[in-house]
Amino acid sequence: MEDLHLEFTVVPDDFTRAGEVSGKVKKTLKDLGFPPLVVRRTAIAMYEAEINMVIHANGGKITVTINPDVITVVFADSGPGIPDIGLAMQEGWSTASEEIRDMGFGAGMGLPNIKKSSDYMDVQTELGVGTTITIKIFTNP
Amino acid sequence: MTTGDILKLDGITPSVYDEDKDVEKVFCCDLLSVAMARAPEGSAWVTVMTNANVVAVASLAEVACVVLAEGFDYDEAALKAARGKVTLLRSSDPVYETAAKIGALI
Ligand SMILES: Nc1ncnc2c1ncn2[C@@H]1O[C@H](COP(=O)(O)OP(=O)(O)OP(=O)(O)O)[C@@H](O)[C@H]1O
Ligand SMILES: [Mg+2]
Repeated sequence: MEDLHLEFTVVPDDFTRAGEVSGKVKKTLKDLGFPPLVVRRTAIAMYEAEINMVIHANGGKITVTINPDVITVVFADSGPGIPDIGLAMQEGWSTASEEIRDMGFGAGMGLPNIKKSSDYMDVQTELGVGTTITIKIFTNP
Repeated sequence: MTTGDILKLDGITPSVYDEDKDVEKVFCCDLLSVAMARAPEGSAWVTVMTNANVVAVASLAEVACVVLAEGFDYDEAALKAARGKVTLLRSSDPVYETAAKIGALI
């Protein structure tokens, strides 16, 4: 199989569509016959990163590369950036507003979930410029 | 046990119900990122959250159904998002009583 490239745009503040990209990629991986655990881990990581783009940044771009051995996903936004990534990676740390918390977000679990669900995670972030997160999920346990 | 068995319980009504699905566990949580990471596949997810994000998480986590407790009702956007995809039930009881009742069926 040749590498499969998929590109998506995430719209900011649109909660009715939040999770749509993750759902589409999940279906694609399922259809391609990847193991259920690989599909689930990708879906969890992607959902959290997608939602973070909707809530904390101004939307952004998701690029997925599917290879038989590894699934690579890049989440790029031009939002405010993350001031202290060490703090942001801690479970329970969140800057989500009251309004966002009322929707069920803001546990401060998203970034830790992404790390746990993927085999590799890299965060590049610059204040006022944006955040780019790259994750890899290896398909062979 | 299946979603159809849950529907037979007192105080449970369907909001979106397209097919009977196997239920293996009960899971209670209102924080979406916790549910996303921890809700077991094939579980009945009892919550008080009414919005469409619950449907997105339920679909991605592949729970068998969502059970909205406390007699609350789903948002219109949640119902719309769930049709043909995710089973949504309602319960007139609080979270604990709802979960205990479903758990007793397993
Ligand atoms: N793409 C992003 N751009 C800017 N800030 C971000 C971005 N992603 C995360 N953050 C910051 O990192 C914090 C922690 O993110 P994390 O996803 O772990 O928790 P959360 O989104 O606040 O809550 P949860 O994901 O549990 O609903 C956020 O509150 C926010 O301040
Ligand atoms: Mg988050």
